[in-house]
Amino acid sequence: MTTTTAKISVQGVTKTFDLGRETFTALDNVSLDIADHEFVTVVGPSGCGKSTLMNILAGLETPTSGRALVDGAPVSGPGPERGVIFQQYALFPWLTVRQNVEFGLRTTGVPKRERRSKAEYFIELVGLERFADALPKTLSGGMRQRCAIARAYAVDPSILLMDEPFGALDALTRVKLQEQLLHTWSRDKRTVLFITHDVDEAVFLANRVIVMAARPGRVYDVIDVDPATERNEDFRLSAQFADLRNRVWHSVYHQEGRTAVASVSPSASS
Amino acid sequence: MDPTPPQKEPPMSVLDKQGADRQDPVPDKTRGEPAGAGSTGSDEGGPKNTRGRQPAGRRGLFLALNGVSVLLGIGLWWVLADAGFTLPTPPQVVSRAGTLISNGTLAGDIRASLTRVLIGFALGTAAAVPVGFLMGWYDILRGLIEPWIQFFRTIPPLAIIPLAVVIMGIDETPKIFVIFLAAFLACVVATYQGVVNVDRTLINAARVLGAKDLTIFARVVVPASTPFILVGMRVGLGSAWATLVAAELIAAQKGLGYRIQNAQLYYDLPTIFVGLITIGILGLLMDRALLLAERRLTGWQERR
Ligand SMILES: Nc1ncnc2c1ncn2[C@@H]1O[C@H](COP(=O)(O)OP(=O)(O)O)[C@@H](O)[C@H]1O
Ligand SMILES: [Mg+2]
Repeated sequence: MTTTTAKISVQGVTKTFDLGRETFTALDNVSLDIADHEFVTVVGPSGCGKSTLMNILAGLETPTSGRALVDGAPVSGPGPERGVIFQQYALFPWLTVRQNVEFGLRTTGVPKRERRSKAEYFIELVGLERFADALPKTLSGGMRQRCAIARAYAVDPSILLMDEPFGALDALTRVKLQEQLLHTWSRDKRTVLFITHDVDEAVFLANRVIVMAARPGRVYDVIDVDPATERNEDFRLSAQFADLRNRVWHSVYHQEGRTAVASVSPSASS
Repeated sequence: MDPTPPQKEPPMSVLDKQGADRQDPVPDKTRGEPAGAGSTGSDEGGPKNTRGRQPAGRRGLFLALNGVSVLLGIGLWWVLADAGFTLPTPPQVVSRAGTLISNGTLAGDIRASLTRVLIGFALGTAAAVPVGFLMGWYDILRGLIEPWIQFFRTIPPLAIIPLAVVIMGIDETPKIFVIFLAAFLACVVATYQGVVNVDRTLINAARVLGAKDLTIFARVVVPASTPFILVGMRVGLGSAWATLVAAELIAAQKGLGYRIQNAQLYYDLPTIFVGLITIGILGLLMDRALLLAERRLTGWQERR
């Protein structure tokens, strides 16, 4: 269980929130390992602790007990090796696209010229070069999220933590961004933890789908997806996809009477 | 050392007392695009339509209506004056204005009043912004400062004048002090509210991008609170202006308020009118100037 070689290792993490009279258990003894270069999706009903788990890995929250390791070291705050993408885009509205993308480069002290060219590169990567000097308020939801993705990429994290990044987008935009994300991932193979409430999205993107259950928040099921599968439209319409989708769907929507999975390790195939 | 990050919580009770605070400049925080309400179209096509300002034609009409309304008001005033109400006629007021301008009285009064209000306002704002930030950022300081602000906000600044005169004498100091107080109280609350309302997600976004407290403060909290601060400054300026004129009514040898008060002794209605109109115009101009600054500095906000 304590595979120190795992890129991300969550070990017996419990998180409770103090609600005055009572305490609320958002995560109950969650353990999971994610290997380097793995693309893991987490799906589960709202309130099952997905965001809490991600915030702990991002270093924005601390576990009540248990520990979270990244590259074998306990997480003790945010770090440049972990890029985070929020559902609400979280762009700084007073900064242009370019300034947003440069934000992380400035805080890490990258010299101006290098900052410029890096920002340029990532803005182009997400296809926003025509809007580099536009303010977020003039962008559509999809463009905002692409800007947020460019901003996260710019500091070159080896891990991407994405919390329902496409959840607020319409279906077509979502599919387009999923494909772009996979395309980038297939080249740079960053480790990705991708949270979603959309079963199709979870299956389409993942090497491994982790299903969580609520009250208390825990890992409920793990479904492997053959990493050799090519993620394209054929896959989306295939029987294999339908089958996986059914399994995940069932796990998410019919959770009664099953105990939590104690611990999750990377599948042998990945 | 460890600052308590601003928290989303209901504003302190005093904050919703004054109507002015209800001018809500909150930037839209969670404006996710709704997943195509009735539309299946992708939003990837191009930049979002930002809703434009009023079309030129409507704006022209609006200004024309403004002008008509002003002319009608002056006409009504004239009719009432002619009908025997105790009012000076517009020509009488204009001619008195001419006299007061040519003999330099008006300019001297304006200079005296503006100097007081600008000094008091500048000091009040300069003190309010850091205090408001500190209150929003450090719970301890808020606990220490808040009761005093609550208390002084319930006292009209004018009621402080007698005390200020006794303590500070009858020169400029007490007047500037009450203006300072008026501006400070309006602005400190707005600044505090701005800090408390900073979107947590933005602070988190900055943190995961490697920003430490000082950077977060300078590059997230300050810009995010600017809309609130500017609204506070406008409210503070209005309050300072009102306080100034009233302060001059009580104790001054110069200034627009003094001029009106003095004219009252001689039943000099035209001078009173010139004073009132000047006060109104100057107040309006200052407000417009701040509004312009506000537009400039907070144009990034999403407005519906
Ligand atoms: N700061 C907090 N204080 C109290 N309860 C919280 C806090 N953050 C999250 N929770 C609760 O923990 C549960 C899990 O939240 P979250 O991780 O956001 O769920 P998910 O992202 O899966 O929808 C929810 O019931 C939520 O109300
Ligand atoms: Mg969530």
